[in-house]
Amino acid sequence: MSQKNRKKAIASGRGRALVFAALGDDTRLLLIAKLCSGQPHSISELTEGSKLTRQAITKHLRVLQGAGIVHGVRAGRERRFRFDPEPMQDLKQYLNTISEQWDQALARLKSFVED
Amino acid sequence: MSDRIEKRIELKAPVSRVWRALTDYREFGEWFRVKLDGPFVAGQVSRGQITYPGYEHLKWEAVVQKLEPERLFSFTWHPYAVDPKVDYSKEPQTLVEFKLEKTPTGTRLLLTESGFDRIPAARRMEAFRMNDGGWTEQMKNIERHVTEKS
Repeated sequence: MSQKNRKKAIASGRGRALVFAALGDDTRLLLIAKLCSGQPHSISELTEGSKLTRQAITKHLRVLQGAGIVHGVRAGRERRFRFDPEPMQDLKQYLNTISEQWDQALARLKSFVED
Repeated sequence: MSDRIEKRIELKAPVSRVWRALTDYREFGEWFRVKLDGPFVAGQVSRGQITYPGYEHLKWEAVVQKLEPERLFSFTWHPYAVDPKVDYSKEPQTLVEFKLEKTPTGTRLLLTESGFDRIPAARRMEAFRMNDGGWTEQMKNIERHVTEKS
């Protein structure tokens, strides 16, 4: 895919490409795991117990934000990060689509062997 | 999130009949809608041309993994290899398995497709944009869903 086409694809896919790219990293998956418990977390909380620096975590959070998986929210003076399940539900939809194709193929197989 | 698809279907036909429908390349082509070049051979690439209306420009390619008579037929392939201009050969594949079991009324067929977690992101996106009759409505649903949220 050319650079231009890629940009077009991302735009038409409403950033879904970013979602998948964002998920393809272990650190970010860990961050998601922490955040998907429901409570918004601060950078300090997310850095806790990690070997990574605050700056590195911030960078990963930015990628997740860009993909819409994480949103920043203000809590007083503090900035917290909240998980959004929506983009990952899209992914599930993808599997559903393939699943439906199999349903159709198997239905054809059924009439093929039963006739 | 599950990375596999599982199906179970009861067929009112003997195992031997179902096995033939699955593994005879001409019969497979009938219901799967693909014109295959030749018989399935374990360990070898199977090639052909899709005959599904609207997708006739697509090639079929899979690597036959197991042919255990009347028990297991499996192959690996690239799901949604829908763009003839893209070289999918370097990408990871999913594994499709058909398992057969004899039942009092005929045959139970178990279908599994696994390994979706390894499929590159861009391809997953491609799948969303595929626009075939039954999917059009679904696509609209997704669009609506996403737009409302953003």
